Amino acid sequence: MSELSMPRCWNRETKPHSFCPGCGHGLVLKALGMAVDELELAEQVTFACDIGCSLLAWNFFNFPSLQTHHGRTIPVMVGLKKADSKRVAVAYMGDGGGYSIGLQHLVSTAVRDDPVTVILVNNTVYAMTGGQMAPTTLPGQKTETTPFGRDEAETGFPLKGPELLAGVVHPEAYLARGTVAQVLRLKKTIQKGLETQRKGHFAFIEALSTCPTNWRTNAAATWSFLEREMSDYYQTAEIPH
Amino acid sequence: MEKAVRKERRVFMTGNEVVAWAALAAGAVHMFGYPITPQNEIMHYWRRLAPEYGRGFLQTEDELSAGFTAIGAIIAGKAAFSATAGPGTILFQEPLSMAEMMRLPLVLVVQQRGGPSTATVIYSQQEVTLACFGGNGEGMRLVYSTASHQELYDYTIKAFHHAWSYRFPTLVLGDGYQAKMREALIIYDPAERGWEAIPAEPILGPERIQGGGRPLLHLRNAFSVEEELAEVLREHLDDFARAAPELVEYEFTGEPGAEILVAAHGIVGRAARAAVEELRAEGRPVNFFRAITLRPFPEEALLEALRISGGAMLVVESAVGQFGRMARLAVAGEPLRSFKTLYRPGVGIAAEEIKEAVLA
Repeated sequence: MSELSMPRCWNRETKPHSFCPGCGHGLVLKALGMAVDELELAEQVTFACDIGCSLLAWNFFNFPSLQTHHGRTIPVMVGLKKADSKRVAVAYMGDGGGYSIGLQHLVSTAVRDDPVTVILVNNTVYAMTGGQMAPTTLPGQKTETTPFGRDEAETGFPLKGPELLAGVVHPEAYLARGTVAQVLRLKKTIQKGLETQRKGHFAFIEALSTCPTNWRTNAAATWSFLEREMSDYYQTAEIPH
Repeated sequence: MEKAVRKERRVFMTGNEVVAWAALAAGAVHMFGYPITPQNEIMHYWRRLAPEYGRGFLQTEDELSAGFTAIGAIIAGKAAFSATAGPGTILFQEPLSMAEMMRLPLVLVVQQRGGPSTATVIYSQQEVTLACFGGNGEGMRLVYSTASHQELYDYTIKAFHHAWSYRFPTLVLGDGYQAKMREALIIYDPAERGWEAIPAEPILGPERIQGGGRPLLHLRNAFSVEEELAEVLREHLDDFARAAPELVEYEFTGEPGAEILVAAHGIVGRAARAAVEELRAEGRPVNFFRAITLRPFPEEALLEALRISGGAMLVVESAVGQFGRMARLAVAGEPLRSFKTLYRPGVGIAAEEIKEAVLA
């Protein structure tokens, strides 16, 4: 990666990063880095990541960052924001943390309109633990716990987070889904999410992402799964509410 | 932030009200709470009083959130706390374990109720093991067990100071009887008793300079290899062991040559003290020991008390050996003449019963 392409707020000492080759986390974090740079927020941001693959971002940036427990990143950032409203609180997690074990925190924070920015990476699997079904696993998709394909009669349909929250958020809150296939658009979405927090409201951005390690896909099949199957099921747009 | 208690005064309050006033007086800034009986009125009083003194409150979606929001506020440098009981104490083990690993001064007041499960909302001393060793680690917490409303006030204040000074999560144990019962006590401005402001500061950020003059910008709980974790834990365990002699507290009354030592903690300690006083008045040489800190445990003091009590001990508690195991372990190397127990899980114990157990 050239000097120019690395966001200023990235911690260069921890690059190259430790995500798997082909993982989308690096792109989401690049979009976040660019968004923070452009808004000149590096001095204000406190970043917290979940456990799961997102934990590998614990020292990714130059701003204060901490790693929490599975699903508990949102309450940590809510408490931090309550204690110090000048900070810009960014909670970063995967789909298991945000939509499964920590869903009560996500929904309750959205209901309260807590001014935090939540970025959730949807790669359709629990990746760090070896590729189990996530709330976002697509119908028919094979994982370690759906070896014959996800059966929606048994396990239900994939959870659409921003659409779920659309029913409970404040009118001024921000809900969107982006994709690592369009990093600049994702950056703009994250910027809106950060600006929404600064106006005192809750912001939630889901980023569609890739996991070739657990999908067991080559580059072409990885990109195809993201751009076709995932993008067909999950609308990448600002979600009206 | 306005002082909540300026002048020393005598009051007559429930234990829950006492805790709210103590946290206000100590200078706690935020409470994060979730309803569970018998601690609810701590939240109620705090919520009503907090705006008057510039403090914050959030009713969270569960105890996990109460613990982790408190942790977030603590990371931002504010003294934050919560209160819980029973199944709530189970859920609190998750934030407490993070606080142990990251050395975060999370303060939690536990008004013990009957267990296991939802059991009773009334009373027990059954949350001792959970309070002391409930995490997936080594029990690096400070745990105070209080025996009166005065102690609830004193030790809640102390909990904030010691949590922030020693950087271990700190629990104050009361119980449902204390929570709901009214009792007289003196409330005071902690500054007048030598407690300066809680030494709270941001845990994470450019202002925190660590070894090598580098700002502390990154905190984690997950380590790549066993040795890396072992190194961090060694430091924490050493800190805990070093702090223990400064932290242990207990009450002992007795004389050499006694026939037995009665050991207890919390409000059962009051019944035990009364029993011992009556027995002594009747001419029976009986000694009394009450642990105030359960973590760190006053091991040496108990051993010494046992030695001058002829090697005989009666442990009394409203649980089945949660305190007793710690007491027995503390004197494990000592030859015992007798080790008797009076265990009443989830049930109160009167002085008469303790007297009978001594005489049996």
